[in-house]
Amino acid sequence: MTFRGKIISGSLITGFFLGIIFWGGFHWSLEMTNNEEFCISCHEMKDNIYPEYKETVHYSNRTGVRATCPDCHVPKQWFYKIKRKIEASREVFHKIIGTIDTREKFEEYRLTMALSEWKRMKSADSRECRNCHDYESMDFVDQGRRAVKAHSIGLDEGKTCIDCHKGIAHHLPLGWEAAAEKAGL
Amino acid sequence: MKKLFVFILVLGMTVLINAEELTSLRGSQPLDEASQTVEKKVWAKDGEVISRNYVQQPPLIPHKIKGYQINLQYNKCMSCHSWSKYKASGATKISQTHFKDRDGNDLAKVSARRYFCNQCHVPQASVKPIVENTFKPIDSVSQ
Ligand code: HEC
Ligand code: HEC
Ligand code: HEC
Repeated sequence: MTFRGKIISGSLITGFFLGIIFWGGFHWSLEMTNNEEFCISCHEMKDNIYPEYKETVHYSNRTGVRATCPDCHVPKQWFYKIKRKIEASREVFHKIIGTIDTREKFEEYRLTMALSEWKRMKSADSRECRNCHDYESMDFVDQGRRAVKAHSIGLDEGKTCIDCHKGIAHHLPLGWEAAAEKAGL
Repeated sequence: MKKLFVFILVLGMTVLINAEELTSLRGSQPLDEASQTVEKKVWAKDGEVISRNYVQQPPLIPHKIKGYQINLQYNKCMSCHSWSKYKASGATKISQTHFKDRDGNDLAKVSARRYFCNQCHVPQASVKPIVENTFKPIDSVSQ
């Protein structure tokens, strides 16, 4: 092999391994920030969100299948996941300036946050809910009378899960109904 | 004489109370012993409207309400039972009496004393009555 050839193959090999390390590190940090433990590592989430969520069916239920924070809040598909992760830098900024660092501030800002999450979910046709729940696999015979009625009508009208199931994992903010209606959510 | 009378009365009452073992709704389990395991209750599934047993009985809830939020911020019941929603949802509408305060003045919103629906309206579960009950409604006013 010539000297030039050696350099080229050498850098290709180093590049290959560096690539693995960076890609691995990138993925590692993505996964590090994609679990319940990380989500409630700040007091904003631990004190406000977590106790409420623990009372809901998505935390504890008959079958023991739990929906954790990223299951609902972070898309599984690569592109949407990266997009959401980049948007999350906004949340880091607000953490630093302390937008919701007291219970009062949290409650005051809650409607804004909820609206933005509803908007994201509606525009994605409740993709994250559908990762676990599927209209096609629902046994309507087993569902409650009201659920069957709502779901069969909902299907026809092209509604999506989050249109009807707001506040499924958290307490709802004051005056959310009027605000959601105004925003068309 | 009066003192003696009171003394005998108190003595008599003490004897009477001790003679009969006290039972409360909790049973006669002594406080310092492990309590009995309660029977598991199964909430009734969604069903048809339950007819009332007597005049002015708060209607019973014919469906599950697990996880429904009723707090300062929001009252989930009203998302179907309010006057603006009951038609679309097919639910029973909230009574007009719930919009009056205790002095009979009309209010624009549900009265504070009616806000917490579960104080009077309850879902059904598979439980035996805690005490025997021989209540019967008056025929002339029952449905
Ligand atoms: C990680 C999977 C997962 C995700 C994501 C998820 N769910 Fe669920 N969901 C569950 C499980 C498990 C149950 C409980 C089933 C049972 O009763 O055992 C449940 C229950 C429910 C119920 C029934 C509530 C009750 O009180 O019985 C509703 C409604 C619901 N989910 C809506 C949603 C909506 C809306 C979303 C999206 C915002 C969502 N779910 C996202 C797994 C998930
Ligand atoms: C048109 C409104 C509407 C839409 C759209 C809708 N739901 Fe529902 N859903 C209801 C109502 C009403 C109930 C019964 C409410 C209750 O039990 O508290 C219900 C009940 C449920 C239950 C509990 C079923 C039972 O009987 O135990 C699950 C799970 C659920 N919905 C998931 C979903 C998912 C997932 C989607 C999206 C694919 C969805 N729903 C879309 C209105 C809707
Ligand atoms: C079953 C899906 C689901 C799970 C699990 C879930 N969320 Fe949410 N989250 C939602 C939805 C839907 C909203 C929009 C507001 C609403 O409907 O309550 C929301 C809103 C929020 C908000 C905005 C403020 C608010 O209360 O509306 C925050 C912050 C939040 N979630 C954090 C978390 C954290 C942290 C966890 C884990 C401990 C978590 N969520 C678990 C579905 C979920």
